[in-house]
Amino acid sequence: MDPKRRVTLKVLGATLGAGAFARALAPIWDWGKEQSLDEFLQKHYQELSKADLEQILRRLEAKTEKEYGKKVSIRDVRPQEGVEFGYALNLSVCIGCRRCAEACHIENNHDRSTNNSYIRVLEMKQGSLDLEHGNADYDHAVPAEGKFYLPVQCQQCDNAPCVDVCPVQATWKESDGIVVVDYNWCIGCRYCEAACPYHARRFNWKKPEIPADEVNPDQAYLSNRIRPQGVVEKCTFCLHRTREGKLPACLEACPTGARVFGNLLDPDSDIRWVLENKRVFILKEELGTRPRFFYFFDG
Amino acid sequence: MSYPPVINRPEKLTSVETPKKDALGRPIRVACVTCHSLRPDAPLPQSAGELREFHEGLRFTHGTLTCASCHVPGRVDQLSMADGRTIEMLDVIELCSQCHGQKRRAFDRGAHGGMMGYWDSSRGPKLRHNCVDCHDPHTPAFAGGQPVLRPNDRGLRQGGGH
Repeated sequence: MDPKRRVTLKVLGATLGAGAFARALAPIWDWGKEQSLDEFLQKHYQELSKADLEQILRRLEAKTEKEYGKKVSIRDVRPQEGVEFGYALNLSVCIGCRRCAEACHIENNHDRSTNNSYIRVLEMKQGSLDLEHGNADYDHAVPAEGKFYLPVQCQQCDNAPCVDVCPVQATWKESDGIVVVDYNWCIGCRYCEAACPYHARRFNWKKPEIPADEVNPDQAYLSNRIRPQGVVEKCTFCLHRTREGKLPACLEACPTGARVFGNLLDPDSDIRWVLENKRVFILKEELGTRPRFFYFFDG
Repeated sequence: MSYPPVINRPEKLTSVETPKKDALGRPIRVACVTCHSLRPDAPLPQSAGELREFHEGLRFTHGTLTCASCHVPGRVDQLSMADGRTIEMLDVIELCSQCHGQKRRAFDRGAHGGMMGYWDSSRGPKLRHNCVDCHDPHTPAFAGGQPVLRPNDRGLRQGGGH
């Protein structure tokens, strides 16, 4: 082999090698462009001081305004003393109209193109409660003959498998029973999504797209602020509303009044009346997840 | 401080919408008494098919009830209870509750009829719907319809799964 050919091959090899290396590192460089140093160094939500958090909220507001063209307010809303939330749903009156899923979609700033929502309404065969045979993709007039409708969202389990499997503790249960995610701490491994027996967690495969005039500006750090790409998200019982005494968006949207929400610790609450007077059940009881979400039939 | 629930008292109980709009674009409503106070009292018809003018075309599928089960001849702003008393039209919930007691009990405890506003009565009221907001008293069965927001997520498509 003549020396010139050897040199050429070496140079070619080195160039290709360097090119491949740069290509392999590209996600990190691109990621660096998306994320500021402040963001990279941000601590876990539960370790943030009030001042740190304040600064982060303002930074996130500015970022949202820059990226989505809408002025938003992002708050930190903490659990209320003496409140533990419970939710119940009357399957006798649910007609499967998916207005709850739509209200969630709008309230929680979900990606428009995927019609994402924290609620999946399953069309079920009457006489069966096998979730795995429920169809979430029905597209005909409801209610259909021989079917009933089972809306499924995060069950806010007391013994939550999703929380147990998180390798970085980016998700945890708060004192009012709501399981939350620190979207800035989540590494996107999706273990929680796999662990949830109710398919209640969603992964942001891409950056959510929402037109400026459709962004809900009333946001909280742990709930409906627009999530970054590559993190897991879930229903928070609309904590930005419910921790301030309001009802969740899905309940307000329900045209049949199938949904009942309230404080489990208040013996006079609506939710307690349902638990004490209706034969309620929970989904996949055999798994021992102890949900805070109950279902019942009339009669 | 505790906010009591606020139950809607719909305008449609005492007035009808006209095609005309006011300066703000809201439809102008005409009170039932506008016509009924000017006319001699007619006896209540035997069936909905006999109704004319404003009430023509009214469908009636509410068990074996007749007009007089609820309406009072000559008093469009009143309703007739089973025991012969009359009540204000706007208190229609009391009328419905005579037969639908279980629904009423559930309604009073927030387990029927839905709501908006606040679960926490120390911060704000529950805004409750009226029976007739969701149920047309003449055809009370709740109608279904086409569902909204079909999921657009490959994993959920029937037959396209794993």
